[in-house]
Amino acid sequence: MTNSWTDIKNTDLVIIMGGNAAEAHPCGFKWVTEAKANRGAKLIVVDPRFTRSASVADLYAPIRQGTDIAFLLGMINYCMQNDKVQWDYVKAFTNASYIVKDGFAYKDGLFTGYDEVKRDYDKSTWDYVIGPDGYAVVDDTLANPRCVWNLLKEHVSVYTPEMVERICGTPKDKFLKVAEMVSECSSPTKAMTSMYALGWTQHSKGSQNIRAMAMLQLILGNIGVRGGGMNALRGHSNIQGLTDVGLMSNLLPGYLTIPNEKEVDLETYMSTRGFKPLRPNQMSYWQNYRKFFVSFQKAMWGTAATPQNDFAYDWLPKLDVSGYDILRALELMGQGKMTGYLCQGFNPLLAAPNRKKVTDSLSKLKFLVTMDPLDTETARFWENHGEYNDVDPSQIQTEVIQLPSTCFAEDEGSLTNSSRWLQWHWPGGTPPGEAKTDNWIMAQIHVRLKALYRKEGGKFPDPIVNLDWAYADPNEPTAEELAKEINGKALSTVYDTADPTKVLAEAGKLLPGFAALRDDGSTTCGCWVYSGCFNEKGNNMARRDTSDPDETGAYSKWTFSWPANRRILYNRASADLNGKPWDPSRKIIEWDGAKWSGYDVPDILPTAKPGEVGPFIMNPEGVSRLFTRGMMRDGPFPAHYEPFESPLGNLVAPNVRGNPAARVFKGDFEQFAEPASAEFPYAATSYRLTEHFHYWTKHVHTNAVLQPEFFVEISEELAAEKGITKGGWVHVWSKRGSIEAKALVTKRIKPLICDGKPVHVIGIPLHWGFTGAARKGFGPNSLTPFVGDANIETPEYKAFLVNIEPIAGPVA
Amino acid sequence: MNMELSRRQFLGAVGAGAAATALGSLGFGEIEAAHAEAIRAFKLVSTTETRNTCPYCSVACGIIMYSKGDRTKGEKAEIIHIEGDTDHPTNRGTLCPKGAALLDFVKSETRLKYPMIRKPGSDKFERVSWDEALDRIVRLMKDDRDANFVERNEAGVPVNRWITTGFLAASATTNETAWETYKVVRSAGMLVFDNQARV
Repeated sequence: MTNSWTDIKNTDLVIIMGGNAAEAHPCGFKWVTEAKANRGAKLIVVDPRFTRSASVADLYAPIRQGTDIAFLLGMINYCMQNDKVQWDYVKAFTNASYIVKDGFAYKDGLFTGYDEVKRDYDKSTWDYVIGPDGYAVVDDTLANPRCVWNLLKEHVSVYTPEMVERICGTPKDKFLKVAEMVSECSSPTKAMTSMYALGWTQHSKGSQNIRAMAMLQLILGNIGVRGGGMNALRGHSNIQGLTDVGLMSNLLPGYLTIPNEKEVDLETYMSTRGFKPLRPNQMSYWQNYRKFFVSFQKAMWGTAATPQNDFAYDWLPKLDVSGYDILRALELMGQGKMTGYLCQGFNPLLAAPNRKKVTDSLSKLKFLVTMDPLDTETARFWENHGEYNDVDPSQIQTEVIQLPSTCFAEDEGSLTNSSRWLQWHWPGGTPPGEAKTDNWIMAQIHVRLKALYRKEGGKFPDPIVNLDWAYADPNEPTAEELAKEINGKALSTVYDTADPTKVLAEAGKLLPGFAALRDDGSTTCGCWVYSGCFNEKGNNMARRDTSDPDETGAYSKWTFSWPANRRILYNRASADLNGKPWDPSRKIIEWDGAKWSGYDVPDILPTAKPGEVGPFIMNPEGVSRLFTRGMMRDGPFPAHYEPFESPLGNLVAPNVRGNPAARVFKGDFEQFAEPASAEFPYAATSYRLTEHFHYWTKHVHTNAVLQPEFFVEISEELAAEKGITKGGWVHVWSKRGSIEAKALVTKRIKPLICDGKPVHVIGIPLHWGFTGAARKGFGPNSLTPFVGDANIETPEYKAFLVNIEPIAGPVA
Repeated sequence: MNMELSRRQFLGAVGAGAAATALGSLGFGEIEAAHAEAIRAFKLVSTTETRNTCPYCSVACGIIMYSKGDRTKGEKAEIIHIEGDTDHPTNRGTLCPKGAALLDFVKSETRLKYPMIRKPGSDKFERVSWDEALDRIVRLMKDDRDANFVERNEAGVPVNRWITTGFLAASATTNETAWETYKVVRSAGMLVFDNQARV
């Protein structure tokens, strides 16, 4: 989230699209209720199903899953056509005025530079014109036809209300009502908040779904303000933290990136990470990249990381492909190219797409290790459970080692919620049996592996045997020790660069925050964006002061919010070019003629003059981007692409199937149903229920009682057409697999009319498997396609094709 | 901090004192005092309170766990009740149908208690000791790493990568575990590394 759960009370309009907060995030949704009750805020829900969020909405608009970009670009088009733009914000705080290179164009669904064989773009024209002074060329009048604003206007012009209706199945009058309500938030004194979750991410163009709404929010001037923002609700308790700390193939902690093999040394690696400002006076905060990187290397390898060895740059593994995400891992396993896999609290047998492929892939491993408090399906993927896991154990040669870990109630440390709050928790229970903490298990793996290398030698032991491991008990680092490492410390005394007589941190002390990081090896820091979480003031993540001056919803003394305890990102943009709040009733920070101050930590240098220094300090432009240059694989603007499996072709680009830049492995394309397939005519989607959490709560007695049994949800119209009775059994199958379930026939789903043809939607909840206290069932991944988002490989769970038939139920 | 005098203990003491004073002033004497004595004390007064957060979605509601026994004193502690933390700014004491049933998660019959190994081709798990399990894991890891680790690519550039064994990190471990995991995984040269952000 750019903002926080408690900030939602400040909004005038909530749009829930790509999520269902009332059911999936019930206690966060109360802040929507607060806004409605206390300030008359309105709620719009756009979803294929009439969800419980929709049931309390002021306006519900149905949409066909996988067509959000057409809807969102339709709203941008509406705002541009009807002059519903916060002009001062757009002109000063976005790149609307930047001139784009002449070669750049968009035609027939493709941007310049497409290579059909590689399914990738040459992005060299996706950039600004750079002037002789080295800065991007801008036209503040927005008259230049090549400025971002005019290119965007042209790009979105095809998404008329009529086209939105044809693509999305949203009746034109409903769409126009949504667009009208949303566009009112272009007023500087009105704010809209966007609440979204996996309903937007789990698409082959998920990143662009989110970008499209972010662009709309910028045009409305809603980023950086109270009650505004782009608010990812996030699915799991610490998925924000796991991502911040960089546990992904291509990341280092704090959104630094792992080198690729073309970056042969530290200088080459740094040469593309200079982040030289693209406009005068801009902070371009990533210019500090080297400080973050070197401090990370020092946290990893301590005294073994020296200026002489480029701070152990060679010890980091180097990528040869864009990344080894879970889909690529399963693909490689299937090809027999992998030996082992360790799953820490992750249940890929049910969480990864195309279950048959997952089972086949896991079966080719030599070994699989699972660490979990619960008995997961993945740990038992080799065990026969009839139709629910139809395998022959004797044919599976994978050795499986299942390790019992503690659960939240027995563990200590911090979790980062969607508000970016790092909240410390304490253990209250004794673990069952011989269950051990993850800290102990990971330490054992390292300590024992290190001992083997010391004893036997072997391939390149240096990064293992030199890993900094100075914990009081090397067998189990404590949460506090690890938190201090994440925060970082001074190895020698750190002085203020502006005033060398001022000491920021004495040698050996914890750093106050990331501003004290240095690139000469004198500081360590595990994850720079978290620096400040545990400093000489103590464990700031454990703070429990609930004070909230003037009830802004900031709660600045409650735990710690990254970065730098800032509660609203880009909060400088809440004030105008003179540093005065756009809306005095929504003040966050204000310029007093000498410095910025207010309710929150300013997201800008406190002495940066308004009018000179832009609010988007991480960008070399100092402004936000309506046009993202070459930073996304599938285009600098979002464009409508159908899901890979879709009930109709692409109406704006008939020759383009799916997202043209999404990676598809050989063999998987053949397993996609054709667009408008007669064999698989129905549009399926997956979702959560309020009584269950993922695949965990089926192990929980109460929740297994509340929602005991797997079902699929269909409309009354489809039920009548297919002769399916309420509560009757159905067989649902895709090109990849098949499931059996009871049918929940509801009024919550209605057929949509898309391009004149009815589209039936089938809903498939995701909470059942073959272990736990609930009845055995299936997950949607038995059916879903093996393809991910073009930028970050989130699997396309929310839009795929199936067929359905009534069947006789199993004999009881 | 979670170690302060618990709210319930405080309220319990204040409540009992206020009631006795009021009764005395109204002229009721020993009968009422005896009656008060006979009332069973509020069950949770004798428990240990610990602050935690719900492990499910990322609203991260504050919760209070009540246990028999106190871990901080080295005692065996059994959690007997979990409820919403009214002091927490986000949830203000409320919990959803998942959070409200957290006690059943802690006590789930399918909680794992012992390390297990399933041998190739076998149709069952067999209990092993932690030492056996961990030594086996690092043996398998080292054998694979030594066989398949790539020190230099074809161009002779040091790449120091190990891509035949991978690691899937969780979605609910702490940041501290995440950092420790990061150190262990990356120092081994692993690139097949992901978390559950995508699903």
